[in-house]
Amino acid sequence: MLTLTCPYCGIRAEETELAPGGEAHLKRFGPGASDEDFEGYLFARKNPRGVHFERWRHAYGCGKWFLAARDTVTLEVYGTYRAQTPFPTPEIVAAIQARHPDWTPDFDATSPTPTSTPEGLIQ
Amino acid sequence: MSASPTRGTGKYSVFAIAREAMRLHTGWKRAWASPEPKKKYKVVIVGAGGHGLATAYYLGKNHGITDVAIIEKGWLGGGNTGRNTTIIRSNYLQDASAAIFDKSLKLYEDLSQDLNYNIMFSPRGLLMLAQTEHEVRGYKRTVYANQLQNVATEWVTPERIKEMLPIINIDGPRYPVLGGLYQARGGTARHDAVAWGYARACSAMGMDIIQTCEVKGVETANGQVRAVNTTKGRIECDKLAMIVAGNSSVLAEMAGFRLPIESVALQALVSEPIKPCCDLVIMANTVHGYLSQSDKGEMVIGGGTDGFNNYSQRGSWHHIEETVRALVETFPMLSRLKMLRQWGGIVDMTGDRSPILSTTPVGNIFVNCGWGTGGFKAIPGSGWAMAELVANGTPGPLAAEFGLNRFREGRFIDESVAAGVAH
Repeated sequence: MLTLTCPYCGIRAEETELAPGGEAHLKRFGPGASDEDFEGYLFARKNPRGVHFERWRHAYGCGKWFLAARDTVTLEVYGTYRAQTPFPTPEIVAAIQARHPDWTPDFDATSPTPTSTPEGLIQ
Repeated sequence: MSASPTRGTGKYSVFAIAREAMRLHTGWKRAWASPEPKKKYKVVIVGAGGHGLATAYYLGKNHGITDVAIIEKGWLGGGNTGRNTTIIRSNYLQDASAAIFDKSLKLYEDLSQDLNYNIMFSPRGLLMLAQTEHEVRGYKRTVYANQLQNVATEWVTPERIKEMLPIINIDGPRYPVLGGLYQARGGTARHDAVAWGYARACSAMGMDIIQTCEVKGVETANGQVRAVNTTKGRIECDKLAMIVAGNSSVLAEMAGFRLPIESVALQALVSEPIKPCCDLVIMANTVHGYLSQSDKGEMVIGGGTDGFNNYSQRGSWHHIEETVRALVETFPMLSRLKMLRQWGGIVDMTGDRSPILSTTPVGNIFVNCGWGTGGFKAIPGSGWAMAELVANGTPGPLAAEFGLNRFREGRFIDESVAAGVAH
């Protein structure tokens, strides 16, 4: 059974306690975006055979959204991290590369990104 | 070229069985050949499951295109074609769905004769149980829609259901049976035989079925497909059809585009064989349980999908538990049965739970995917419509509504709302 550790409450939760929320780190496109970008944001998914970054909610626990790095073939979990993290953390990348030395991130974790810590957010 | 499915093997008939019995069955020929790939084909189809083979068959039969290779990374029919619960029905809500699924059902009715291969089609009747008030309203609506679509279905009362199926408990308490949507023409078929029958017919038409040949890359030039690179070498093609269900996103990425598809695991299980007790196909969608009895006597049970992306062909234990727990209330006799086998398949889910038969951003690459949890019933109709699309380069009336452009245009064929569950 799939077990993920909630990065907020620290509980090792098994999958009946969790609700899956699909691909993580989607770039949002809203009003003013091109049809192609908006369609891609709404529908197109990487759906990779291998390393997948995804959203989960600790639905029957603390109720918070978090992110996980998981392998869709072996079901191995590389780690979980907070939903406010704009890119997979260096620790997660290291854990993935320890298992798949050829794997390279398809994101640029050094580029400046908008932070997602609006006021009033409960950390 | 003739589309005779019997060239190479001889016609299967009662006389053939008698003749072979006389010579101790030494004269049967292999039903299909296993050639090495040629350098170039007019059409390369990736995926030798039911949909891929049916597409190849109707390309030859309806469009006279037989320079076709069907390549398969595993073995023929070893993916979802060999992993489903063999349910065939066409009682869908939306017109576009009803058209393609009913075409499929009509083709299934004559398929054994057409292929000269017994696919054991058994139109035993299919019943979808309504176990909530919402389902009662939803299925009545489907019955009315089906009448407009010329698909014969009817609403049946709980008492009639109890008469049709004495092993059912209609009283609940948690999931009382409030009625049902009945399609008398629905039923089951032997899933492997569908793949084998199409494979034999394709081979007889001179098409090459190449197993254990995995696609590693798709070669394009000027926005057009050129070739596929496989574990058995480079194969050039004029047209490429990707019909690979749960692996569609992987293949699309090789060709440089993304699909609105997520791959998840769907499970099924069978019990020990028992005497005949259930001559209907039952779908209980509130609890995600499907039930029919195979010719061998096993109770074949299908469950719900997992919610997370998965390519492992294994599903979550708790889904089996939930499915069986819910079915046991409606069919108390199941509680005494031992389950023999359980397995999973990787299904390709779209947002609107309707398939994709479409051209793609790359010229002369066509996709047929997104059948999700209900592809088996659609095999002949899907092959028919896909062959039309591949042969002409544009979709015919059956496939027209199922293009990729429907996502951009917001023109969904929303069967997830219509059925309330996976199919």
